[in-house]
Amino acid sequence: MRYVFRIQRFNPETDKAPYYKEYEVELEPTDRVLDGLNQIKWNIDGTLTYRRSCAHGVCGSDAMRINGTNALACKVLVRDVGPKVTIEPILGLPVIRDLVVDMDPFFEQYRSISPFLINDEPPPHGRERLQSIEERERYDDTTKCILCAACTTSCPSFWANENYVGPAAIVNAHRFIFDSRDRGAARRLEVLNSRTGVWRCHTIYNCTVACPREIQVTKAIGEVKQAILYRQST
Amino acid sequence: MIHTHTFDAIVVGGGGAGLMAALHLSRGGQVRAAVISKLYPPRSHTGAAQGGIGAALGNLEEDHPEWHAFDTVKGSDYLGDQDAIELMCRDAVEVVLELEHMGLPFSRTEDGRIAQRRFGGHSHNFGKGPVRRSCYAADRTGHMILQTLYQQCIKNRVTFFDEYQVMDVILSEGRAAGVVAYQIRTGDLHIFRAKAVLFATGGFGRMFEVTSNALAFTGDGPAIVYRRGIPLEDMEFFQFHPTGIAKLGILITEGVRGEGGVLVNGQGEEFMVRYAPTMKDLASRDVVSRAIYHEIQAGRGIDGKRYVHLDATRIGREAIETKLPDIADFCRTYLGIDPADHPIPVQPTAHYAMGGIPTDVDGRVVIDDKRTPIPGLYAAGECACVSVHGANRLGTNSLLDLVVFGRRAGIDMARFALEADLPPLPQDAAERVVEQIEWLRSANGDESAATIRREMQTLMMNNVGVFREAKGLAEAVEKLQELRERYRRIRVQDRSRAFNTELTETWELGALLDLALVTATCALNRTESRGAHYREDYPKRDDANWLKHTLAYGKPDGTIEIKYKPVVITRFQPQERVY
Repeated sequence: MRYVFRIQRFNPETDKAPYYKEYEVELEPTDRVLDGLNQIKWNIDGTLTYRRSCAHGVCGSDAMRINGTNALACKVLVRDVGPKVTIEPILGLPVIRDLVVDMDPFFEQYRSISPFLINDEPPPHGRERLQSIEERERYDDTTKCILCAACTTSCPSFWANENYVGPAAIVNAHRFIFDSRDRGAARRLEVLNSRTGVWRCHTIYNCTVACPREIQVTKAIGEVKQAILYRQST
Repeated sequence: MIHTHTFDAIVVGGGGAGLMAALHLSRGGQVRAAVISKLYPPRSHTGAAQGGIGAALGNLEEDHPEWHAFDTVKGSDYLGDQDAIELMCRDAVEVVLELEHMGLPFSRTEDGRIAQRRFGGHSHNFGKGPVRRSCYAADRTGHMILQTLYQQCIKNRVTFFDEYQVMDVILSEGRAAGVVAYQIRTGDLHIFRAKAVLFATGGFGRMFEVTSNALAFTGDGPAIVYRRGIPLEDMEFFQFHPTGIAKLGILITEGVRGEGGVLVNGQGEEFMVRYAPTMKDLASRDVVSRAIYHEIQAGRGIDGKRYVHLDATRIGREAIETKLPDIADFCRTYLGIDPADHPIPVQPTAHYAMGGIPTDVDGRVVIDDKRTPIPGLYAAGECACVSVHGANRLGTNSLLDLVVFGRRAGIDMARFALEADLPPLPQDAAERVVEQIEWLRSANGDESAATIRREMQTLMMNNVGVFREAKGLAEAVEKLQELRERYRRIRVQDRSRAFNTELTETWELGALLDLALVTATCALNRTESRGAHYREDYPKRDDANWLKHTLAYGKPDGTIEIKYKPVVITRFQPQERVY
C-alpha cells in the first residue's frame, strides 16, 4: 500500500529554517514507521537523518513526533497512522539535523537526580540483599524506562521552562526512592522539591500517553510529590 | 580538523562489557579512562537481552558451578576452552551478587532472593534434566544490567564520548596506542591516545536477512582489528535463535519455553520430543533451530509456510504478565495477538556471533596458537572470542560473558595502564581514517549501499545460515568478493558534516562485508558439523580432524589465511551430544 511521509527537514549547513518534504513509499500496513523512514533513506533520499538502533522499542533511539504525538518510530505501525503521516523531531530540545535533537540536556537532567543506588551499608557477604516480591513490585513500573525522552518532550511544562527536570528524570528518581534497598531518598527529594522539580508538573498526562513502555508516568510523579509532602509533615 | 585526547585507557563500546570494564577501571580512582560509543550507552544492544543471566546460585534447587560448566562445554559442542568456561561459571555467582549489590532489580523468590528459571541446555547432574539457573528480571534482564551499569558509571564519574564512531585502532611498536574516531555530530576526527584499548563493540548479525540484532550491530571492532592484521577466531559459528517473530526476527526469549511454552508444528504436534527426548523444547539452540527447519522442510510448517508456532497459552495469563511482559507487548504491537490466547508464529533468527577477536581470560587479545598477546589491546563481550561459547552458546551465557570478562578485562587494563608508559603516536595514525572519510564524502559511483547490503543479507541467510554445503558456501565466497568490488564503486548522496548517517551506515556496510567474507570462508573450510555450523555434506562432528579453533588472518593482498589453535580440554572429554 502507498503511504505519504511528510517529514520536517533541517540541515544547519544549508537551511535557514526547517521545512517539510513529502515522500511516497510502498509499505505493508503492518510495517513500522521506522521501515518507512529506512525505505526513504535507503532508496530515495540518503540525506534523511534520524537515530535508530534496536528497531523493536527497547533502545529508545527513535523517539519522534508522529502525527503530533510522541512515539518510537519502531513501535508504531503505519496502518495506525497512515495513509499520510507527518513526522517531526521531538519538541523542547535543540534540533541538530532533521529528526535528530541534542539529547545532552536531557541526560544532564537525568544525572541531576543521582540515578544510582545509594546505600553505604556493606552488602551481606556471599549473598544478595533480600527484597520481598511486594517490595520489588513497588518500583517495578519505573524500572522500565529506556530514556527515550518521549515523555519529557511531550510535556507543556517542559516546553515552557527548559530547566524543569522533566518526567523522565522523576521516573528514574521514583525507581530508587521506592526501592527498599536505597537510602538516598532525602537527597533526591530535595532536588525534586526545588523550583525546577516536581511542582512544575500540572498533571497534564501527555507523558503517560507518550511513554512507549506504558509506564504510569503521571502516577509516579504524584507518588514522588506525596513523598515530599509526607517527609515535610513528619 | 583532528582533535587529540590522551587517556590511560579507552573503552570502545558502551554496552554491558564496556561499561563493566569502565566501572572497574574507575574503581581505584587512579586510571584516567573514557568510554567511546557510537550510541548513547543506554541504547546498546545489551538492553535487548531478555531471559536471564546464568549463575549456579541454587536459590530454588540444588545447583553447582561444575554442572553449569558441563552444560556450557556440552552446549559448545566441545569447542569451548574448558579452563575459561570453568572460570566463567565460578565467577558467575560472585558477579551476579555484585550486580544485585549495585542495585539491579532482579525478580524475587518467595523468600526474597534472586529468582531463577529454566533455560535451554541448562541441567542438573550433568545432563539429567532441567534446572532453574537463569537469574532474571522479568524478561528485561539485559535492560536492567545495562541500566544498572550505566548508573554505576555515572556514580563513579566515568568520562563518556557519546556518538563517536571508532574507525581504526592505532598500533605502535607492537602495542596498542589508541583509536581514531569520527564524531558523528560534527564530522570531526579525534585521535584518542591510550596505553590500553578495549573493544567491546558487540555483534554483527546485520550481515543476515532475518536477525534479532540491532541495526547498530555491524561488527565495527572485529573489522577494525582484522584490517590491522589481527586474526578472528571461529567466525564460522553463528547462532540462530530458534524463536524470532516470523519475518521480523524480533527475539522471543527462550524464557517462554523455560516457563512452559512449547513448539508446535502445522499438524499440532509437539515435535521437539522427537529431536531431544530428555530436554525437549529446552535442548540447546542449534538443535532446536535445525529441528524447526526440518519440520518446515517436511511441509509441517503452519499451513505449510516457513514458520512454526510457539504456544505460550499454557503458561497462563498471570505468569505471562508478570514474568514475560515485554514478550506480550511485542506480540500485541507487531503481531496484533495476545500470547495468552494465541500461539506465536516463530522462525530461527540470526542472533549471536560465537566467533570474534581472540582473547585470553583477562580480555587480552592473543594473535596466534601460542596465545601471544598484543600488549595493551583488549576485547570483551560478543565481539570477543575467549572462547567460552565454542560452536554454540547456551542461553543466559551471553550476559554472563559480558559481565565476567568485562570485569576481568577492566581489572587487568587498570593494572597494565598503571605500569606501562604511553606509546609514541605514529605520524600517520589518522591517515587510514582520513582516506576513508574523504572517499565516503565524495563517493560518486553507480552502486547503492542499500542494494549491496540487501544482496549480502539474502546471500548470507540462504547460503551461510542454519544449513550449509560446499557449493552454496563457495558461491557465497565468490559473490561476497564481487560485492566488495562493487562496494568500491558506491555512491553517497549526503555531503554534510553534521550527523551524516549515510556516511556512517556506508562505512558500517564495509565492515559487515569484510566479516561476511571471513564467515563464509571459514564455513567453507570447516568440513564437519559442530554446534551451530551444520554442513549437509559433512553431517557428523569430526573430532579427529576438527577439534580445533579457526584463526582467520586477512592478508594485504585481500586473501584470507587460515590457521588453527588447540582447544583447551580439562575435565570433560568430548562425547556424543544428545539432549
